[in-house]
Amino acid sequence: MAAVQETVDRVRQIDVDQYRYGFETIIESEKAPKGLSEDTVRYISAKKNEPAWMLEWRLEAYRRWLTMEEPKWARVEYPKIDFQDLYYYSAPKPKKTIGSIDEIDPEILETYKKLGIPLREIEALEGVVRPEGERRIAVDAVFDSVSVATTFQKELKQAGVIFMPISEAIREHPDLVKQYLGTVVPTSDNFYATLNSAVFSDGSFVYVPPGVRCPMELSTYFRINERNTGQFERTLIIADKGAYVSYLEGCTAPQRDENQLHAAVVELVTHDDAEIKYSTVQNWYPGNSEGKGGIYNFVTKRGDCRGDRSKISWTQVETGSAITWKYPSCILRGDNSRGEFYSIAISNGYQQVDSGTKMIHLGKNTTSRIISKGIAAGKSQNTYRGLVTAHRKATNARNFTACDSLLIGDQCGAHTVPYIEAKNASTLFEHEATTSKISEDVLFYCVQRGLSQEEAVGLVVNGFVKDVLQQLPMEFAVEAQKLISISLEGSVG
Amino acid sequence: MTALLEVKDLQVRVEDREILHGLTMTVNGGEVHAIMGPNGSGKSTLSHVIAGKPGYEVTGGEILFKGEDLLEMEPDERAAKGVFLAFQYPVEIPGVTTMNFLRTAVNAQRKARGESEYLVPDFLRKVREVAASLNIPMDMLKRGVNVGFSGGEKKRNEVLQMALFQPSLCILDEMDSGLDIDALRVAADGVNALRSPDRAMVVITHYQRLLNYIVPDHVHVMSKGRVVKSGGKELALELEESGYAQYEDAAA
Repeated sequence: MAAVQETVDRVRQIDVDQYRYGFETIIESEKAPKGLSEDTVRYISAKKNEPAWMLEWRLEAYRRWLTMEEPKWARVEYPKIDFQDLYYYSAPKPKKTIGSIDEIDPEILETYKKLGIPLREIEALEGVVRPEGERRIAVDAVFDSVSVATTFQKELKQAGVIFMPISEAIREHPDLVKQYLGTVVPTSDNFYATLNSAVFSDGSFVYVPPGVRCPMELSTYFRINERNTGQFERTLIIADKGAYVSYLEGCTAPQRDENQLHAAVVELVTHDDAEIKYSTVQNWYPGNSEGKGGIYNFVTKRGDCRGDRSKISWTQVETGSAITWKYPSCILRGDNSRGEFYSIAISNGYQQVDSGTKMIHLGKNTTSRIISKGIAAGKSQNTYRGLVTAHRKATNARNFTACDSLLIGDQCGAHTVPYIEAKNASTLFEHEATTSKISEDVLFYCVQRGLSQEEAVGLVVNGFVKDVLQQLPMEFAVEAQKLISISLEGSVG
Repeated sequence: MTALLEVKDLQVRVEDREILHGLTMTVNGGEVHAIMGPNGSGKSTLSHVIAGKPGYEVTGGEILFKGEDLLEMEPDERAAKGVFLAFQYPVEIPGVTTMNFLRTAVNAQRKARGESEYLVPDFLRKVREVAASLNIPMDMLKRGVNVGFSGGEKKRNEVLQMALFQPSLCILDEMDSGLDIDALRVAADGVNALRSPDRAMVVITHYQRLLNYIVPDHVHVMSKGRVVKSGGKELALELEESGYAQYEDAAA
């Protein structure tokens, strides 16, 4: 069976090395001096023309960070990060105020084009006619540390929606930012969130006024380009009473031998009857097939259902990063509020994923739903870690959790670590967990029907994650489905 | 004329044990062959090796399919060339609708043969037609592949695929296991409808019962990894009377 061996070898070669976003954009950039000190914080704040209160906020976070220690409880292993060996700010040069997409460095535009990011205003500008009724997406593109383009600003403004880089919002809407920044993820929250508070450079800000249904999907695309650069973006989304917004986030990075650090903070706030739907397709560079390089992804994402009957829904497709440490959570403060977490986490090669959610039930009749699908292949480790808790006053709190793990091959691991706390007797929590392997019999059945090994794995996995994929907006679901197949290439041998 | 399937002196091992010790048989287009024999005689091993299931080591002999060396082909390549195995225990694939599975498989085979992929409406029409003839409600095709299907439904789903793929060699592995008489009749009718001069069938079974419905042209008795006796359909009836014991001695 020489042919089989040949296929196995070929497939092994492409493996995770076939990361298709691994190119680098050669542009000049302006960087803060390497390392982290009060001066670095001041430098970033000055670059952003920030008001004094913002600088103070950052410095306070920085001083607190100095007293903190890296968390060690996650099931991930990595060499100690030298926080003085990183650049904390990098901006494409020449840095000038950008008035329209025309003024963006063509190299950067080319990068986003390669990534397939719909900076569709470009097409609109060039008179490209798009089919009637096609959904449009407004995009905020963040390159290393700064936001390079936000599309459809005018149209959104008409609807009263504010969608802009957070650095601009700090200058233009200081009251809104002051009112909400750090109220969901306080500067003292955890090591990485505190670090982010000190050095965050950009990210998106969204405010949807009362009663407004945001007329289009909002999207941010993050790209880390520079070597040895940390990316610390900060996103703040507020849906005022009765408002609705759907927000998408995508991430990629070039292929590098060194590890790059990404430590973002995302805060969501919903008032009475408001809803935020937040979807992520995370495809940071996962490292090569020997486990060299890749992004360290330490992210704090949290939503606060502050108002009654409000809803926050997280959907994530995690395929990249060498290490993922991420728990998008919901604080269900308002009565009858609802939190949802839908996750697909795929690990291959030497990737390590420790991800899950926290559903914190504080209000009465609050409900939450967790559907987590972990897929481990290669030599990777994939952990679901989740907390569901009901406060004394959270009467009739309800949660349903289903954690399913799928193993491909026999050198990977899947782990489920649920924490459940019910502090009142009217609470009803359900937890289901399964672990299965893609069996040889299932693969053979598919192959006997004419599918290749790779197609067979793709089909079975897509069936496994279907419940979650259905939660994604259409364009993202198609992209995610392709991504899942690519991520698992070479996982059968 | 080249035979559709020629198995010559086939020797197969699983781990350290030899299962088939020099098996020879020839199947021509239009013929239906029944392979009978007790448990452990190597019937299923033969079907798996023809289809290319991993885990079997061919230590001698050859298998020619339309004159080509079948053992050199990947299992999906064999499927595209027209080898179909109806499984004794069809697997379940949760989350993948039967309809999606059928279309993916048909198109994969067509692509491998350099043919254009089916358009959705054409494909739907085709499936509807075949499903109706097998008494398969369309609702069943919207469910996950074989998920929650009864034994009869699973077997009908196998026949449905056979009818869609139009293979030139159909191997039916213990199609009667787990079926009551009515379900067996429906499945057998489906198989009979597919009999044609350019298609051959190899029916593997313990019992003569199935052969009342799918009447074979040739019957082979296997024992201990060899064909120990071949004959016409009357051989199956004879076996029903006398059992396999006599052949066990013959093979030893």
